[in-house]
Amino acid sequence: MAEADVDVAIIGAGVVGCAMARRFALEGAKVAVIEAGTDILSGASKANSAILHTGFDAPPGSLELGCMQAAYDEYMQIRAAMNLPVLETGAMVAAWTDEEEARLPDLLAQAHGNGVADAEIIGREAVLAREPQIAPGIRAALLVPREYLIDPWSAPLAYATQAKMLGARFLFGAPVTSAERAGGTWRLEAGGETVTARSVVNCAGNQGDRIEALLLGASRFEIRPRKGQFVVFDKASGALLRTILLPVPNDRTKGVVLTRTVFGNLLVGPTAEEQEDRDRPDVTRPELEALVAKAAELVPALAGMPVAAVYAGLRPATEQKDYRVHAVPEMGYYCAGGIRSTGLTAALGIARHVFALWDGAAVPPADPPVPVMPNLAEHLPRDWQAPGHDGIVCHCEMVTGREIRAALDSPLPPGDFGGLRRRTRCAMGRCQGFNCLARIATLSEGRLRAPIVPEDKA
Amino acid sequence: MSAMDLDVAVIGGGPSGLAAATELRRLGVGRVVVLERFGVAGGIPRHCGHPPFGMREFRRVLTGPAYARRLVGTALAAGVEIRTRCTVTAIRPGGVLELATTDGAETLAAKRILLATGNRETTRAAALVPGLRPVGVMNTAALQSFLYEEGRSPFSRPVIVGSEMVAYSAVLSCRRHGIRPAAMVESRGRVQGPRFYALANRMFGVPLVTGAEIVAIEGKTRVTGLRLREASGAERRIDCDGVIFSGRFTPEAALARASGLALDAGTLGPEIDGAFRSSDPCVFVAGNVLHPVETAGYCWAEGRRIAGRIAADLAGEAPAAAPVPLTLGPGLRYAVPQRLVAGEGPVTLNLRAEGAAKGRLVLAEPSGRELAAASVSAAPEASLRLDVPALDVLPGQLVVRLDREG
Ligand SMILES: Cc1cc2nc3c(=O)[nH]c(=O)nc-3n(C[C@H](O)[C@H](O)[C@H](O)COP(=O)(O)OP(=O)(O)OC[C@H]3O[C@@H](n4cnc5c(N)ncnc54)[C@H](O)[C@@H]3O)c2cc1C
Ligand SMILES: Cc1cc2nc3c(=O)[nH]c(=O)nc-3n(C[C@H](O)[C@H](O)[C@H](O)COP(=O)(O)OP(=O)(O)OC[C@H]3O[C@@H](n4cnc5c(N)ncnc54)[C@H](O)[C@@H]3O)c2cc1C
Repeated sequence: MAEADVDVAIIGAGVVGCAMARRFALEGAKVAVIEAGTDILSGASKANSAILHTGFDAPPGSLELGCMQAAYDEYMQIRAAMNLPVLETGAMVAAWTDEEEARLPDLLAQAHGNGVADAEIIGREAVLAREPQIAPGIRAALLVPREYLIDPWSAPLAYATQAKMLGARFLFGAPVTSAERAGGTWRLEAGGETVTARSVVNCAGNQGDRIEALLLGASRFEIRPRKGQFVVFDKASGALLRTILLPVPNDRTKGVVLTRTVFGNLLVGPTAEEQEDRDRPDVTRPELEALVAKAAELVPALAGMPVAAVYAGLRPATEQKDYRVHAVPEMGYYCAGGIRSTGLTAALGIARHVFALWDGAAVPPADPPVPVMPNLAEHLPRDWQAPGHDGIVCHCEMVTGREIRAALDSPLPPGDFGGLRRRTRCAMGRCQGFNCLARIATLSEGRLRAPIVPEDKA
Repeated sequence: MSAMDLDVAVIGGGPSGLAAATELRRLGVGRVVVLERFGVAGGIPRHCGHPPFGMREFRRVLTGPAYARRLVGTALAAGVEIRTRCTVTAIRPGGVLELATTDGAETLAAKRILLATGNRETTRAAALVPGLRPVGVMNTAALQSFLYEEGRSPFSRPVIVGSEMVAYSAVLSCRRHGIRPAAMVESRGRVQGPRFYALANRMFGVPLVTGAEIVAIEGKTRVTGLRLREASGAERRIDCDGVIFSGRFTPEAALARASGLALDAGTLGPEIDGAFRSSDPCVFVAGNVLHPVETAGYCWAEGRRIAGRIAADLAGEAPAAAPVPLTLGPGLRYAVPQRLVAGEGPVTLNLRAEGAAKGRLVLAEPSGRELAAASVSAAPEASLRLDVPALDVLPGQLVVRLDREG
């Protein structure tokens, strides 16, 4: 039997794949991460609400709840060393009608049942005292103090970076197109390269069922993508709301959220739109307009607030609500699929869970290195505030040239413009590159797998 | 630096800010500093590589970059201090500014502040344009910065969205660099300027598509096309490798907004009175942050005029009376200034109408008594002017209206 290149090949570098790579590498496994896109976070993980959930509203006893709560604790434990931010906002499930108000006690019971003991129902006066800008029609709310906001890109980047520091290999622009198993080893063809691995972990998000079918011949689940669109308001909005504002949920979705971001904006979304296409997170005007209107309905001072950005993400939903996590050890196959709408939170827990299912053996390295991430959150010191930088390149988001160079020189440098934006926030603000795009193209020339200016033009 | 060291701090080193600073020095004001966030001052003209700039200011035809250099040289020669790589992050009451410099955060105080932060084009995101979000979508300014500052073309066959003057500036910039725009798309029924603009489309071989709505920007990683719904309802796709969102100017007012200055719902820029004073009496405002959009020459002249107002204010000439707000009649988008003060001398109102405007522009008291009037005939996106004589007494409210002809 030929020696395999790695113990574990992880297909997909979304937040789940990144956390998976970190966990297996920390446990001493030899890891390869195979990603179709030109950077990590090319799929669902590039577009979410960035909430670190407590699991207060998750189905009791579900795998999802277990993973979220394990991950929440782990995140809070590792984040200081990795310099990952938390904005301690709390969340309020806001009731605007009698019916909604009548549902709060059930939600409270569920929260308590899920171990979120500090959740409480607060009355109108208390809501208004906490959030003076909220529309006066508010009745009451379920307050969940430990729902927090995080940096949705630096966190998975930190996980991937740690894996990389521990020796994990990353392949980009490498869609897995064929897989064969012989003599206890997988042989994967991806973007012109061959990777052999004893085990495969399927973290392919919206392609999860197809990867499972490719490897096993059939899939136990079917992906039914659900699109979520968002509108990001300019930074002046950030002062209008402290707490994450959630609607009373229904079965299908958590509903439209109005929340701050750690970057200082307010964000409204997501929509929940079923669609066939797994690869088309497009934005549509009526939905964006409805989100803008919804935001101003919740917080009237948002009327007329300039929009800085819009985006959309596709949730890897399936025909079932819970995650599709399973193992076929005799085939060296592990699946973390259908991580629909809580994967940013749960990824660290999902990775622990899958590692526990793994039948391989490895020896954890002593004193694993810990990456220290550059801070992009507004409530903490930013690079421009530290002397000695060579000037600001992106003025809306206050990104220095030093930060851009550091990202390009980092252990897991960006592969495309989106990746550079997510690592530094450049061109993410109100002017969307009006002032800085050309400069950024020059600064990143020759450094991105997918350059801003096509090669034949540079 | 102590508060009394600086007389005037100008935020923004574009044509309006540099003109005001230069003129303030000529009027004998002691210490005037221009704070500019970029590495060089000059403002938008820095990357408008084409003429004509400078006719009004220097009586010659210059390219944007040459014009910008000349403005800077003139300011320096007049004794203006220019601090580059210096971003103002907040305006506090009483003339205190928070700065971001290469040495980190800093505070600075001046007796008066002039806000001259200019404007920018509306982005694809702010316009809620549907579709995917590939690389290759940008505003004209970014295109010009690619071509004239970074010396490279970002694409070879873009579509230009919009048909204001700046869209033709985009056409010229493209043609000079071997870029062949595939089309110019305007959502409204006609070009947003004089009708003769459309001749340029024929001359440069850039088909003009009016009354067409964007259905989607296509392309998973890079732009591959633009899908349109035409006025007839028919859908069509234009293959392209970039999309230029031109015009639909909006003030660069984030600083004003964050600092709590009163903003006008029509311009989205700061509200001012006839002396160009904002809601903070220490803060004056000039240039395209007030009125999206005017030419560099206009902003330059405005900066010079405002310098006189600031100098007078520094000399202790306090406003005589409370400002009176202007109310807009139907079909008018904005009027700048938004408030008038009795006894402050003549003022020229800068107005803009929805679409083309032909008729009579009137400033009246609520009783109907006319205080000023002018006949106007303007293409869409052209500004209207109304000269208002010095008024010693003003009623509690004023109305500006456009009585359209036909
Ligand atoms: C609108 C929205 C809001 C959300 N809000 C939150 C929130 O507030 N909090 C929270 O915790 N979670 C949230 N989520 C959920 C979270 O974003 C997802 O659960 C998570 O991103 C899923 O990650 P993933 O790694 O499973 O999938 P993905 O991020 O999609 O990763 C899969 C990766 O696999 C790659 N891939 C696919 N096929 C192949 C192949 N053949 N070969 C190689 N690579 C392949 C893809 O390119 C992709 O990068 C939200 C999600 C959405 C869409
Ligand atoms: C793409 C484009 C093309 C144009 N083409 C033409 C043309 O061909 N001819 C013409 O006459 N007009 C043109 N214009 C109009 C242009 O707005 C004016 O020519 C002129 O530049 C306006 O002058 P200004 O001083 O008001 O603002 P700007 O020239 O915009 O200058 C504002 C300055 O303020 C700085 N600034 C902003 N915020 C801060 C802050 N917080 N701290 C420090 N500095 C700050 C900016 O960096 C900038 O340098 C064009 C505009 C655009 C966007």
